[in-house]
Amino acid sequence: MLLELEGIGKSYPGVRALDGVSLHLEAGEVLGLVGENGAGKSTLMKVLGGVVRPDAGRIRLHGRDFPQLSIAEAGAQGIAFVHQELSVFDNLDVAANVLMGREPVWGGPLRLVDRRAARAEVAPLLARLGADFGPEAPVATLSIAQRQMVEIARALSMRARIIIFDEPTSSLTLSETDRLLATIAALREAGTGIIYISHRLGEITTCADRVTCLRDGRVVGHLARGEINHATMTRLMIGRDLKSLYTPPAAAPREEGGLRIEALVTEAFPDRSIDLALRPGEILGLAGLVGAGRTSLARALFGVEPALAGGISLGGRELRIGSPREAIAEGIYLVPEDRKRSGLVLDMTIAENVSLPDLAGHARAGLVSGGSEVRVAEAQRQSLRIRAPGVAVRAGTLSGGNQQKVVLGKWLAMRPRALIFDEPTRGVDVGAKGEIYALMRGLADRGVAVLMISSDMEEVIGVSDRVAVMHEGRIAGTLARHEVNEPNILRLATGQQPEQHMATVEAE
Amino acid sequence: MGRKELGLAALIVGIAAITAGLNPQFLSTVNLMNMANLIGLFGIFSIGQGLIIITGGIDLSVGSIFALLGVVFLDLTANMGIAWPFAVLVVLALGLLMGLVHGLLVTRLGLQPFVVTLCGLLIYRGAARYYTGDSTISLGYAEGLDAITWLAAGRSYGVPHSFLALILVAIVVGVVLHRSVFGRYLFAVGRNEEAARYSGIRTGAVVTGAYVLGGLLAGISTLLLVFYTSSVSPSSFGNFYELYAIAAAVLGGCSLRGGEGSVLGIVLGTVLLQVLQNLVNILGIPSSLNFAVMGGVILIGALADRQLARRKSAPARMAAKGAAVAAE
Repeated sequence: MLLELEGIGKSYPGVRALDGVSLHLEAGEVLGLVGENGAGKSTLMKVLGGVVRPDAGRIRLHGRDFPQLSIAEAGAQGIAFVHQELSVFDNLDVAANVLMGREPVWGGPLRLVDRRAARAEVAPLLARLGADFGPEAPVATLSIAQRQMVEIARALSMRARIIIFDEPTSSLTLSETDRLLATIAALREAGTGIIYISHRLGEITTCADRVTCLRDGRVVGHLARGEINHATMTRLMIGRDLKSLYTPPAAAPREEGGLRIEALVTEAFPDRSIDLALRPGEILGLAGLVGAGRTSLARALFGVEPALAGGISLGGRELRIGSPREAIAEGIYLVPEDRKRSGLVLDMTIAENVSLPDLAGHARAGLVSGGSEVRVAEAQRQSLRIRAPGVAVRAGTLSGGNQQKVVLGKWLAMRPRALIFDEPTRGVDVGAKGEIYALMRGLADRGVAVLMISSDMEEVIGVSDRVAVMHEGRIAGTLARHEVNEPNILRLATGQQPEQHMATVEAE
Repeated sequence: MGRKELGLAALIVGIAAITAGLNPQFLSTVNLMNMANLIGLFGIFSIGQGLIIITGGIDLSVGSIFALLGVVFLDLTANMGIAWPFAVLVVLALGLLMGLVHGLLVTRLGLQPFVVTLCGLLIYRGAARYYTGDSTISLGYAEGLDAITWLAAGRSYGVPHSFLALILVAIVVGVVLHRSVFGRYLFAVGRNEEAARYSGIRTGAVVTGAYVLGGLLAGISTLLLVFYTSSVSPSSFGNFYELYAIAAAVLGGCSLRGGEGSVLGIVLGTVLLQVLQNLVNILGIPSSLNFAVMGGVILIGALADRQLARRKSAPARMAAKGAAVAAE
């Protein structure tokens, strides 16, 4: 037995992140670890990596017991991570990355790096992984998949006996994913124990020998090889039926007057074009895998990275959008994915953030009227139910959900005609999520065209009136409300046809 | 008045009280008015520097701008006999232009402010020295400059005009920075350029505006400085003045990361620097220690500020960390 966890528990004030979690891993097997966001996967992996100390339980590694691990012990015991956010130094070459902290040295007390020895040590590892680059390649020139290869090589160079892959494919294309899964199969053959964490149940089905499922910090099931399939995993993960979030629009969306996108070419996919029609009064969900071009579309519509070609029209009028300023002037607003970086000035107050896009409207002769600013912000605070003692509070002190409401308040205080939400509830707690969905519905009912980009399947299915799915830079298909379900979205997102179409084709 | 300004004012009062106790001459009218004159001279361009620092930039070129614009002004008036109002306009326009060029190089071509203005420092100094063949130009017996001499270097009710000019500039820039739309944009861009752009602000224009204003204030300062020294030696005129300005701005609460600072703070920072200089003179400390005293006080100020900030934010940070971990 390579690794055995027994009764691991971890509590934070008010939250039980892990509760009596037990699992085990043999040499030469792949353990799939699944669970929804917040189920405790990340905390569990932090326990294994020595970053988080468990309150209870024990960790048995190669027959030795540890109440907890330090980062150094985890490394010494042969535990290595391949992270979802890659942690490579892109200003160094591959060999330096692989051997970071363990560089071969010469020159006695000078401790100069022996580059030749480093390369000689790294080259066979890369060959074993079937990498198409050498140890001297600068990491800056490598693709994300290749950088991941560098991380795996680092794990191998540390003689890791347990490699933990945390959402390794979230930024990979399908062919790159296949190559990664082949690499993992080869590592398993060589006797490495692998823990594979992914939301992509298809990958788990392909590569896992066993599956352990977490929910709300507890293990809710172990599946043997023969039991691993989509349906059982989903049932275990959710533990209940997908509850319906859907509120239908108050009135049927009008056909004319919305945002039309015709043959739009974005910088990310210069050889693809996008056609999409967004009706006033509807919430159009935009689904797709990471890297499918959804955020590029949002950035083009908002003028952050103006489109290379194609047309955008709003209410039948052709627009030229070269900057966020021009988009805002037309009533096209964006609630960005990274609100701390692009949505808010965290050191400014709620009032100052709310008034920022419309400051001229709060000013006379170039001077800002504090009164008008506070009045408008206060109205937004009350209608959005932003939980803060007042609008003179700095935005940075608010919780994620309340920060997102401040971003919304910026736009609601103006005259939105089309509102683009990019991952509107990322890092937002469940209660605030519901409020944000209700606000989106309220906006749509006021006649605003709402585009919601989301990677959260429950959200896409639960909130959207229609769902457009992107795949590699183009719209793979648009699903009407009655066609919206997880298999259909996943098929379109991976470049296949949805079930209904296949069914009709078969019936013919 | 914010916490920083209050602390600074208290420090100034404390140092002044100690100095006055050791040497009552410190509070004599002559000494105070001399100090006021120097505060006026240094305060105006320090405010310009502060505006640029608030955008997250820096201006290393002001000292050299004084040398170049100083020799241009004296050449026009003393050597060529051109009417002073015209020469004043030329100096102010050139100051604006230099600020505009710096701003465009930073915002349009994406060069780092440090690099742009370091090149400015070298180029303008070189140009000034070449312009006069490295020789000093003085006001000498230039005719028809009585009016501007009185305006720039005169006194009303015993108060030096440079000090009055600083008060005027501080009020105007203070309103612009703390009350106007442009000022709010300046803070927003300095704090978070991306969020400002996503709010529809023309961030490039805002940053350029700060450099242009800084250039204009440098032009005004040139005129005051020229009439204060009544001659310009291009190799030494204004040497290190950019560092006085940066020191005043930083003492006054401007963060080099941008987005932070106030006009009142910068003025108080200038006052503190001049009080320190005066203290060195009046207490008979060897003037060679001048810079060392200044550096020491700035260092202590920065340390004290850091400690206060850490103590204030420590509990909040711990709570936030706990919440963030729990959320994962």
